[in-house]
Amino acid sequence: MTALLSLSGLTKQYPGVLANDHVSFEIGKGEVHALLGENGAGKSTLVKMIYGLVRPDEGEMKLGGEDYAPTEPRLARRSGVAMVFQHFSLFEALTVAENIALGMENPPEKKELSERISTVSANYGLTLDPDRLIGDLSVGERQRVEIVRCLLQDPRLLIMDEPTSVLTPQEVEVLFETLNKLKSEGTSILYISHKLEEIKTLCDHATILRHGKVVGTCTPAEESAKSMAEMMVGSELKEPKARDFQPGAVLLDVQGLSLPSKDPFGTSLRNISFTLREGEVLGIAGVAGNGQDELMLALSGEERVQREAIVLKGNPIGHVGPSARRKVGLLAAPEERLGHAAAPDMSLTENALLTGLLRQQLANKGFIKWKETEDFAKAIVEAFDVRTAGVDHAAKSLSGGNLQKFVVGREILQRPLVLVINQPTWGVDAAAAASIREAITDLAAKGKAVLVISQDLDELMEVSDTFAVLAEGRMSKPRSAKGITIEQIGLMMGGTEVPDAAA
Amino acid sequence: MLRLERRIEPSRKMVSITPLLAVVLTMLAGGLLFALLGKNPVEAIRIIFWDPLFGQTAFYTRPQLLVKAAPLILIALGLSFGFRANIFNIGAEGQYIMGAIFGGGVGLAFYPSESIFIFPLMILCGALGGILWAMIPAILKTRFNTNEILVSLMLVYVAENLLAAMSLGLLRNPEGRGFPGSRNFQEWDSVFNAEIWTGTGAHYGVLTAFAAVVLCYVVLTRHLFGFHIQVSGQSARAAKFAGVSPNWLVVACLGIAGGFAGLAGVFELTGPAGQISIDFNVGYGFTAIIVAFLGRLHPVGIMLAGLLMALTYIGGELAQFQLGVPAASIQVFQGMLLFFLLAVDILVNFKIRLKTRETA
Repeated sequence: MTALLSLSGLTKQYPGVLANDHVSFEIGKGEVHALLGENGAGKSTLVKMIYGLVRPDEGEMKLGGEDYAPTEPRLARRSGVAMVFQHFSLFEALTVAENIALGMENPPEKKELSERISTVSANYGLTLDPDRLIGDLSVGERQRVEIVRCLLQDPRLLIMDEPTSVLTPQEVEVLFETLNKLKSEGTSILYISHKLEEIKTLCDHATILRHGKVVGTCTPAEESAKSMAEMMVGSELKEPKARDFQPGAVLLDVQGLSLPSKDPFGTSLRNISFTLREGEVLGIAGVAGNGQDELMLALSGEERVQREAIVLKGNPIGHVGPSARRKVGLLAAPEERLGHAAAPDMSLTENALLTGLLRQQLANKGFIKWKETEDFAKAIVEAFDVRTAGVDHAAKSLSGGNLQKFVVGREILQRPLVLVINQPTWGVDAAAAASIREAITDLAAKGKAVLVISQDLDELMEVSDTFAVLAEGRMSKPRSAKGITIEQIGLMMGGTEVPDAAA
Repeated sequence: MLRLERRIEPSRKMVSITPLLAVVLTMLAGGLLFALLGKNPVEAIRIIFWDPLFGQTAFYTRPQLLVKAAPLILIALGLSFGFRANIFNIGAEGQYIMGAIFGGGVGLAFYPSESIFIFPLMILCGALGGILWAMIPAILKTRFNTNEILVSLMLVYVAENLLAAMSLGLLRNPEGRGFPGSRNFQEWDSVFNAEIWTGTGAHYGVLTAFAAVVLCYVVLTRHLFGFHIQVSGQSARAAKFAGVSPNWLVVACLGIAGGFAGLAGVFELTGPAGQISIDFNVGYGFTAIIVAFLGRLHPVGIMLAGLLMALTYIGGELAQFQLGVPAASIQVFQGMLLFFLLAVDILVNFKIRLKTRETA
């Protein structure tokens, strides 16, 4: 099989993260090639380079034997590379044909275009009426519009970013038939997913990325889902740090927490139960999009749930909002720093007020005590070594690591009983990451409890006393983090209960 | 070539300079407009900006300044809360009309009693009328997620038709020989909202507007409500995380805007306008949107912008008689002011750099 696209030594450095580190592999003509990896492994950066959205710092690409270095997606499309994104860019108020015409450089006459859409969709079994409004289509049908838009360009390489995450099982079958037909006609497909069973049935080869590096290649049909999961998460696991974990009284008791998702791309939480005791750090692993954000919102109070589903020290608080939960000591630090945990254009002082209001008593009868607020912001900056020119500077002027230290520090200085942190060190430099992890374990050492949601297994091994996995909105029963193996984590990700060896 | 470069933080200096720059650019472009109409541009600009304050007819026009500025300031202050939180009520004109109808209607029920309680009651009912009218878009938005821009705007036209119906029917002056329009409040002593000090133009509405500037300043800079509005405007998710209820904010912001517009309406009715009539509203509710943005949604800025906008109204009328420029040219002039403000606004977040050849 001759190579259609060959990548050699592709490297991309972002501030604080090496997103791709000398990535090399080949995609053959008429091959379905899987790109596997956890979130943050560098998959999106890599496909963005292939599609001309991001320019590599180093390395080169060859397409069909010729040098290929697209500077913008238009040039990539001209060379025969098309991409279907996970999130669609379609106008709901326009018809299928109008949407497709908008993405074309020289759209043909409306009638001719409609005919071409009908032909292509019939050829590939993607039923689609060119005159229907996008607003009336289901998510699966909208994806077909995006696929047909790509197919009209007769691509040599089709990139698909997590195409099945929004589809029903029946729609997945139809999609696979289309992809197999394309393959038989000689089109190559780069297929990004972390659904291992799908990759086994569909893909000829797989390249596995971890921390920006290629860590392995395999033929999925010859592997088991478990063995591929092991390659994805890495073969070595750090032993949890020897810490004297003596579970104390129960602080947080979550029983039967369910939350149907309102977002079609979201995950519903199903019957989640766990307890957090004094001095405990519970690490929750899982691939992104399996309910992490939803769990965070349900615990922070931004989404309300059944009254008795969340009980803090005997107080049922499932039905109350974020302020009432803070008051009793349940604090949270969400994943997205800018725009969720902090308001980007507001100063650090104002951002300190954002969550510190109640526990730090920063207002008197509704009037803000600006002096005390500023002192609180300064205390956070001091205690957590936040590098900033001053607390009157906007949150967005800080680097990711410094802002994360500020966000985590803001909650820790409020003396939480229970702290929930989603992705504590996401996109944070190593020094800041180490100090944030230390702050987490220190808090637990003082008899408080911390829930850490993370996709970084090394991080979880470093901080956690107990360990659980979130998969498709369900959580495994927490077990001791001591002595857990990658194999067991792989099984837990697949939904199998793994008994606690120590218990 | 020029190139725009994003600033790391918005420039605080530019925030205060850009409104002045917009006024200067409006004067230049306006001058050009008048020159094209065959008028002397320098004279036209002088008549609009200078004569109302210091010209020969200033004894008449100067008090008019406060009379015209007060409703603009009051309505714009109310709107600024919502605008800061990205809740766009553009139906203040309707809320202003409903304030006048509610306040006026309640007052007329007591005619011809001379009680000192009637005027305050009318003012309260005016505010209530504006609030109730603003609750229609608020409740539709919170319950059914409708767009408050469209609903509030459409309700202006409903309010205008109600105003016409009231002038011709229910509230028509029974002693008015069949002419449309209500009784004249200026002829009813305990209700007439007259000048408090002769020659200033300052009626109770003017005092209320200036008191509201101070009140809004305190609420926006010192109170949690102002802070929560600001956070919501910047990032709805951060606001929710902080514990702000988005629905409550929609109701509160529309309520404040409606209440202030209603107050402006009833003060205008009992003072300068005198009666409920078909042409009672003159567009203060829409001009106030320009005033709010020209004043950077800041209470002191809004006060200055309201005075400036009132000046262009009065100066515009002077220019109409003295130079014979068409009324529409004055509206174009006011429109330019908002246009230039929005255009130069980009300097707050961007720097202009000379483009150097990019090395690939």
